[in-house]
Amino acid sequence: MSKRVAYYGIFASLAILMGYVEAMIPLPLPPGIKLGLSNVVVVLCMYIMDLKSAFFISIIRIFISALLFKGFVSMWYSLAGAVLSFIVMAVLFKSKGVSIIGVSALGGVFHNIGQVIVAAILLGRNIVIYLLPVLMISGVVTGVLIGIVSRYTVSYLQNRNL
Amino acid sequence: MKKGDIILIVVVLAAAALLYFSGILSPGGKGAEAQVYVDGQLKETIDLSKDGEYTFETENGVNTLKIENGEAKMISADCPDQICVNHSAVSKENESITCLPHKLIVEIHGGEKSHVDVVAQ
Repeated sequence: MSKRVAYYGIFASLAILMGYVEAMIPLPLPPGIKLGLSNVVVVLCMYIMDLKSAFFISIIRIFISALLFKGFVSMWYSLAGAVLSFIVMAVLFKSKGVSIIGVSALGGVFHNIGQVIVAAILLGRNIVIYLLPVLMISGVVTGVLIGIVSRYTVSYLQNRNL
Repeated sequence: MKKGDIILIVVVLAAAALLYFSGILSPGGKGAEAQVYVDGQLKETIDLSKDGEYTFETENGVNTLKIENGEAKMISADCPDQICVNHSAVSKENESITCLPHKLIVEIHGGEKSHVDVVAQ
C-alpha cells in the first residue's frame, strides 16, 4: 500500500514536471503542436501499475498544472484531450494485438482530436476542424516517439524489479 | 512493435491524407477577407487587400492583427500562451488563427473560386 502511495506521488510530480520542462524547451514546432512528454508518465503508469492509477495521474496532473501555471481556460482544453486520449489508450491497452507504441501513437492522435473539439465548442466556430489532418499526423509522430521512450523506460524499470 | 501498431498507424495516416486531399478538410484558394470572431460573435470583417493594423479590445484581453500583402498575422496579444502570436501568417480560405484564452478567432473566407463554405457556416 505505502509503495503505491509513493508511486502515485512520484508519477504525479514527474508528469507535472514533464509538462513544465516541455514548456521551457523551445522546439521548432508550429504553434499548437506539442511533444506530449507528460504522456510518457501516463503510459508508463498504465504498464507498470494499472489503468485506474494511470487515469488518476493523468487527471491530477492537469488540475495541478492549471493551478500552478496554466490557468483554468486551458484546463478544459487539456482535460478533453487527456480524457479522450485515455479512453482510446485504455481500449488498445486491453487488446492483445497492440504494443505500447500503438497505444501511445493513438493516444497522441486522440489527444489532438479532443482538443480540436473543445476549441470548436469554446470558440463557437467550426473552422478549427480544418486543423485535423495536420494534427492527426503530428499526433502519430509524437505518439510513436513517446511510445519508444516509454517502452525503454518500462523495460528498464521491470528489469530492476520496481 | 506489433502488427496491430502498424495497421493503426497506417489507418490514421490514410484518414488524415484522405481528409486533406479529398477536399473535405483542405485549405482553399487565396482568401478575400479575414473575419474576426470573439465568443462566437462576428466583430469585424477585414478586406485582405488593404494593409493595416487592427486592435481588438474585449473583456477577455487585447489582440492586434496586421494585414500585409494579403496575409493576416497576429502581431501582439496579452494572453499567457502567445500561441496566436507565434502562429504563421494566414491567407488561404479555411485557414485560421486562434487565441483560445481570449476566445478570439481570425478566419479567412471568400476565396477567388469561392463556394459556400458549409462547414464554417
